Amino acid sequence: MPRLTIEELQKLREKARKTVTLREGGQYRAKINVHMGTCGIAAGAREIMSTVIAEIEQRDLKDVLVTNSGCAGLCSKEPMATVELTGHAPVKYIELTPQKTKEIIDKHVVGGQILAKYALGIGSEKTDLSKE
Amino acid sequence: MEAKTKGTGYRLHLMVCAGTGCVSNHAFEIKAALEKEIARHGLDKEVLVVPTGCNGFCERGPLLVVQPDNIFYQQLTEKDIPHLVEEHFLKGRPVKKLMYTPPDEKTPVPVLSDIAFFKGQVLIALRNRGLIDPEKIDEYIARDGYVALTKALTEMAPEDIIDEVMISGLRGRGGAGFPTGMKWKYVRETASTNGDKKYLICNGDEGDPGAFMDRSLLEADPHSVIEGMVIGARAVGAHEGFVYVRNEYPLALHRLNVALNQAREYGLLGKNILGTGFDFDIKVHRGAGAFVCGEETALIASVEGRLGEPRPRPPYPAQSGLWDSPTLINNVETWANIPVIISRGGKWYASIGTITSKGTKVFSLVGKINNTGLVEVPMGITLRQIIYDIGGGIPEGKEFKAVQTGGPSGGCIPKEKLDLPIDFESLTEAGSMMGSGGMVVMDEDTCMVDIARYFLSFTQDESCGKCTPCREGTKAMHDILTRMTEGKGTEGDLVLLEQLAHSIKDSALCGLGNTAPNPVLTTLRYFRNEYETHIRDKKCPAHACRQLNVYTIDPDACLNKGRGCGLCRRNCASDAIIGDKGVAHRVIQEKCIKCAVCYDVCNFNAVKVE
Repeated sequence: MPRLTIEELQKLREKARKTVTLREGGQYRAKINVHMGTCGIAAGAREIMSTVIAEIEQRDLKDVLVTNSGCAGLCSKEPMATVELTGHAPVKYIELTPQKTKEIIDKHVVGGQILAKYALGIGSEKTDLSKE
Repeated sequence: MEAKTKGTGYRLHLMVCAGTGCVSNHAFEIKAALEKEIARHGLDKEVLVVPTGCNGFCERGPLLVVQPDNIFYQQLTEKDIPHLVEEHFLKGRPVKKLMYTPPDEKTPVPVLSDIAFFKGQVLIALRNRGLIDPEKIDEYIARDGYVALTKALTEMAPEDIIDEVMISGLRGRGGAGFPTGMKWKYVRETASTNGDKKYLICNGDEGDPGAFMDRSLLEADPHSVIEGMVIGARAVGAHEGFVYVRNEYPLALHRLNVALNQAREYGLLGKNILGTGFDFDIKVHRGAGAFVCGEETALIASVEGRLGEPRPRPPYPAQSGLWDSPTLINNVETWANIPVIISRGGKWYASIGTITSKGTKVFSLVGKINNTGLVEVPMGITLRQIIYDIGGGIPEGKEFKAVQTGGPSGGCIPKEKLDLPIDFESLTEAGSMMGSGGMVVMDEDTCMVDIARYFLSFTQDESCGKCTPCREGTKAMHDILTRMTEGKGTEGDLVLLEQLAHSIKDSALCGLGNTAPNPVLTTLRYFRNEYETHIRDKKCPAHACRQLNVYTIDPDACLNKGRGCGLCRRNCASDAIIGDKGVAHRVIQEKCIKCAVCYDVCNFNAVKVE
C-alpha cells in the first residue's frame, strides 16, 4: 500500500466502513433470519444461508442483516426463513430452494413486495434476545 | 488486500477479547478453537473471528462478544467452544450457561449493553473498545480514525488546534492534571535553543500497583495515541516523538510497533504526511520498569540514555526537556483523547464533566470488588456509582472500608466520602489524588496501617536515592509502620510519622518523594483510631497484622462440633496445639508463631482470632 493522500484516505475509510458497521449496533432496513434447527439443516438450510450471504455480497447490500435461529416448530416445511423489513411485520417463507431465495431477496428484500406464493404467513416468534 | 475480503459477507463477527488479562487466561487458544470449529462446520465464510483490545470486564474473562446481536459470553474455556459454535453460530441458539449472570441473581443478561458494568460508562478514550482489531489500521480508519488528523493538517492552523484543546478543558491524565492546552501553548511559544528542534513524548511508564489503563489503551487502540501525537506535533511544531513504554508490556509494545509501521506505510507518519508537507515520526523507547521514570524529568533522562533520575524543575520540559529542547510530554490517555476533541470540538468535550475537570477518566478497578476491570466514566461521577453500580460492590457481602486512588502517591478515601463526585479537586481535597487512574478497593479485612506500610515499601523500593528526604525519610517511615504492625509501636510514633511525612513532602526533589507520604497522611486522617489501637492495645482490628493476633480454640465448638478432630494439631508447625481425639484442643501461646494455619484448616470455626 503506497502512502495515502487525503482523498485516498477518505476512499479507504468508506470501503473499510463495511467491516465495522456490523459491530456498531446500527439500524438495518431488513433482516433475514434463516431457521437453522437440526430439521432445517437436514432439509438444506445451510445452502439457503450460503445463498443469502452470496446474494447480499453480490448485490452489495449494506443495510441487510443476516441472522439465524433454531427450529421454528414447523419442521415439515423447512428450510424456512423469515424476512423482516424495519417497520413491517415479519414474513415467514417455507420450503425454500436457492432459486426461491434469490427471488425473495430480489422482490421482497430489495423491492419491498411480499412474495405470497412462497410465504407461510405474516408474524414470527421472537428471535432477538435483546427484545426479550 | 485483506480488508476487501474480510468483514463483508460475514453475518457474525466474534469479537474475542485479546487484552493482557484475557490472553493470560488463554484467549488466543480460545480464538484458535473458535476458528477450528467454525471451519469444521464450514462456517468460515459466514462467521469472522476478530481479536480486540481489552473489553474492560476483566473479572469475567476470557470474553467473547457476538455481533451484531451484542451477545456477551464470559469465562470461556476451550472445551466450551464446540458446543457454542454448533448451538449459537450454526443453529442460532445462544448458549445461556456461558452468559453473564450477576452475583445473587439467577437469570443471565445476554446483551452487553444491558449489563450494569457497561451501562454507566462513557467511552471517549476507549471509543473503539471491543470494536476493532488493534492490529488492523483499516478498522481504526473505518471508525473515523485519522479524520481529526486530516482536519488538523488541512483546516486548522497550529494555534487553532491549541485553542480547541484549551476550550476542551482537557487536563493531563497522568496524575497531576495540568491543563493540556496550556502546556501545548508553552511548548509552541518557547523558542528552541537546539536548532529549531522540539520533541514530543508519550508517557506510558505506568507503574502504580494495580493500574493498567495505559497498557490497555496501547493494546486496544494504538492508533488513537499515534493520531493524537501527530496532531500535537503539528500544534507545537515538533518533528520527532517518542513513546515511552515499559518493557514488561510486551503485547502493548508489539501492537504499538505494528500500528506505527502501518501508519508509516499509509503515509500517516514520516515525511510529507498525507501529502500536506508536514513531517513527523515516532520512536518507541522501552523503559526498564523503574517507577521513578514515570516522573517526566527522569523519563527524559532515561530517553537520553542517562540514569533515570529526576532533576529539579524549573526549567520544565516545556522550556527545556529532551536534549535541552522544548518538549511536550503527555500521558497515553491524554493523547488518546485528542483526536475526539479535534473532530467533535473542544466545546463538546467540555460539556462532559465538572466545572474544573472536563471529559471522562479511565480507571482500573481492582482489589476487593466484584467487577474487576477497566472503566471509563464521566468526571463528576461518584465513588459509590463506580464501586457499586459499575463495580458491582464488595464480594462475599463484606463491608466496604476504603478506596485507594492515585497509587503510591494517592491516599485512601473512607466510606463517609463515597458520595464524593470525582474530579481532580475533590480527590485532592479528600487527601488523595486523581493520579493516573488506579482504584484499589478495600474491605473490612484490610488493615489501614498495613496498607500504608505496603505503599511505603513500594515507594522506598522505587526511590531512586538521589535526594535524602525520599531515600532516608521513606525508610524511616516504613520502619516505624513495620514496628507498629509487629506490636512494637510507641506513643510518640504518630507525631514522628506526621513530622517525617510533612518534611518529606516539603523537601523531596520530585513528585515521587513529595507524594510518598500521602498514603500515611490520609490513613492517619481517616483511620487514626486504627493506628492507636495498634500502638496502645497491640491489636489489629482487621486481624491482618498477624503478629498482633492471638489464636485460641473455643473448647465448646472444638468438642461438640468437631469432637476434637485434631486437624489443627496435626497441621501446627510449631507443636503449639495440644489435645486428643474427643478432647477439646488448646493453643500454647508461648509456642504459637501466629501462622494462622489452625484458623484456616478448622472445619468447625472453633479457632478464634482476637
